[in-house]
Amino acid sequence: MNLDFSEEQEMLRTTTRDFLTKECPKTLVRELEEDEKGYSPDLWKEMAELGWMGLVLPEEYDGMGMGFMDLIILLEEMGRNILPGPFFCTVILGSLPILEAGSEEQKKELLPKISAGELILTLALTEPSARYDATGVATRAVAQDDGFVINGTKLFVENAHIADYIICVTRTKEGASPEDGITLFLVDAKSPGIRCEVMPTMGADKLCEVVFADVKVPKKNMLGELDKGWPVVQRNMEQAAIAKCAEMIGGAQAALDMTLAYAKERVQYGRPIGSFQVIQHYCANMWISVETGKNILYQAAWKVGEGLPATKEVAVAKGYINEAYKFVSERGVQCHGAIGTTRDHDIGLYYRRAKAAELAFGDTDFQRELVAQQIGL
Amino acid sequence: MDFKFTEEQLALRKEFEDFFREVMTKEAPPGWEAGLESTYATEEGWNFHRSMAKRLGEKGWLSRPWPKEYGGQNAPIIEQLLFSEVRGYCRAPGVDVFGIGMLAPTLLMWGTEEQKQKHLPPIAKGEIMWCQGWSEPDAGSDLASLTTRAVRDGDEYVINGQKIWTSGAHKADWCFMLARTDPEQPRHRGLSYFLMDMKAPGITVRPLISLEGSHLYNEVFFDDVRIPKENLVGEENRGWYITLMTMNFERSSVGGIMEMKRTIEEMVKFCHETKRNGEPLSKDPFVRHRLAQLAIDVEVGHALSYRVAWLQQKGEMAAYEASAAKVYASELAQRIAYTGCQILGLYGQVKKSKWAPFAGRFESAYQLSPGMNIAAGSSEIMRNIIAWRGLELPRA
Repeated sequence: MNLDFSEEQEMLRTTTRDFLTKECPKTLVRELEEDEKGYSPDLWKEMAELGWMGLVLPEEYDGMGMGFMDLIILLEEMGRNILPGPFFCTVILGSLPILEAGSEEQKKELLPKISAGELILTLALTEPSARYDATGVATRAVAQDDGFVINGTKLFVENAHIADYIICVTRTKEGASPEDGITLFLVDAKSPGIRCEVMPTMGADKLCEVVFADVKVPKKNMLGELDKGWPVVQRNMEQAAIAKCAEMIGGAQAALDMTLAYAKERVQYGRPIGSFQVIQHYCANMWISVETGKNILYQAAWKVGEGLPATKEVAVAKGYINEAYKFVSERGVQCHGAIGTTRDHDIGLYYRRAKAAELAFGDTDFQRELVAQQIGL
Repeated sequence: MDFKFTEEQLALRKEFEDFFREVMTKEAPPGWEAGLESTYATEEGWNFHRSMAKRLGEKGWLSRPWPKEYGGQNAPIIEQLLFSEVRGYCRAPGVDVFGIGMLAPTLLMWGTEEQKQKHLPPIAKGEIMWCQGWSEPDAGSDLASLTTRAVRDGDEYVINGQKIWTSGAHKADWCFMLARTDPEQPRHRGLSYFLMDMKAPGITVRPLISLEGSHLYNEVFFDDVRIPKENLVGEENRGWYITLMTMNFERSSVGGIMEMKRTIEEMVKFCHETKRNGEPLSKDPFVRHRLAQLAIDVEVGHALSYRVAWLQQKGEMAAYEASAAKVYASELAQRIAYTGCQILGLYGQVKKSKWAPFAGRFESAYQLSPGMNIAAGSSEIMRNIIAWRGLELPRA
């Protein structure tokens, strides 16, 4: 057993933090909230030069061949800084399913471009039914000529408005169970029949409505096997949930740090508010939440990285960290007083994102139900 | 980062499991529960604890982390973690939390050679049980304000005063205690650490009965109790600093967490077997989500205890990490008690009897759980420690 990060990993954390602090100040975060694209192409290019998009991709696809835990560190720092843009959907929701289920031809064509920062990808899973299970997939793909035709509406699709490819989760057959008959397609986002609209959301994180109207996809763009796509989605949802947890813990840590700094400097009644026991105990509770959240994050992420069964661990981590991030950011606002409730202060950026992050890849009720099943209920 | 155990560690865990499972199945008194109350409240419990302690002593398991010259094996903390995990899950007694958990590490660090030779072997063999004389009626969270006096008289110290909340004083053979040797010094600097034979003349033990009805805590009165000067641990007036060190040992809380894990497993089984309104409780969404939330919290507590053990192993143990583990575990235990009672509905109030599900475990835990948020440092004190030492917030 070794519960420490390696020296290289500590260095990765430091350089990532330094880079983001410098290149992605909160002024940029706010600017991009209002920006149509929602990301900075210049920053995106720099990130690609650092090798971030290909961090966990094998070297044969121009990646850096690093481990899942390294990616967790990167995501923690991105969450800490609230890095806007399509990193999460391109790397976690795009490159990982291709790496797992893609043909050699698909990998050779797409992964090096992802590593180079030349492609933005996203995953279209959820629909107006707003659920993460296979039952929610109603979008149809029907075989026609040499390919398939997709019809349906996808909702809450991250950054679809700037994506080059959308991995679309479709129903190709009414199987014995909802999980049977799911097929994934790599859809060129510029295909005729695709209409995309950004949804106004709490996190200003560019979730989109994507309507597929008779969208033709060549057969070679099928990702994985016909009708057998659900296990790929399921594994990716576990990866995505734990990756989101890393972002959330980074955000929670930042909210805590910001609150501690404020409590030490803000003076009322002639003393720093951090000397009042009630504020001290709020902060102690916030720290306990962050600390416990980190430990469960690393344990679950390690299992995912090792390729061990981790359904329970991921559900435990996401269920816990969902609440921890909301709690820490809410107490953070409270400790900041009135200014914390305005757009003038940064603490609110975390408060809004905590809720958005909870909802992504399964909210707390969803995770509790998964855990209930895992403990034999 | 690597959460795997080695083959040797897994084999060791198997050895612990085989032993505890067998003994608990064959020898535990009916309705045996985890917790100090089981050990101290009845003769039957106390006898079981003592016989288990001797068995563990014969195996050398009580002193595994000690240095070889005092009968130990220099076992790393991680191996102790495995031992505590298995013992906690099996709800096995036999480890004197005071002698093994607190005094032995203190003596190993501060004791004279003579003190070590005299006191460590009977602790290792599970023969002598200890209690801890710290709190006083006017010195609870503010321990350093204690007033029990120790006055040097020739080769002896004479003790006068009163202790309170002394767990198991009515059963223990010996007591390690703090008394004021120099009232002129600032409060932390006038205290000394003594070892006291509980059979010494002048000691009176009076029970304090818990809400739940059990006898764990006591008041202990000292009336001219004489202690040989050899029983002073460390230097005179340095007792507070020795105490601070003692408080940092063995605080991963992993045993308690594993006991909670077992409880959740038993609740899951119960909910499958018990119908309400014609449906098994396990199908009730409220029940499912309540149990799932507890299972989540237990897993998180488990990961935290590993973190604490890991820091201890590296010698980087921070007081506030242990404080977090303590407060997390005791507050979770309370949530489990409350949820258990809640799920049982009307039956949640029934004491150990033919009508009591889980032999009254949750009825009992409902009443005992507040005490866990107070004993060994209240949750408020734990949060102060985190805020002051961990987060460096300014003191008023």
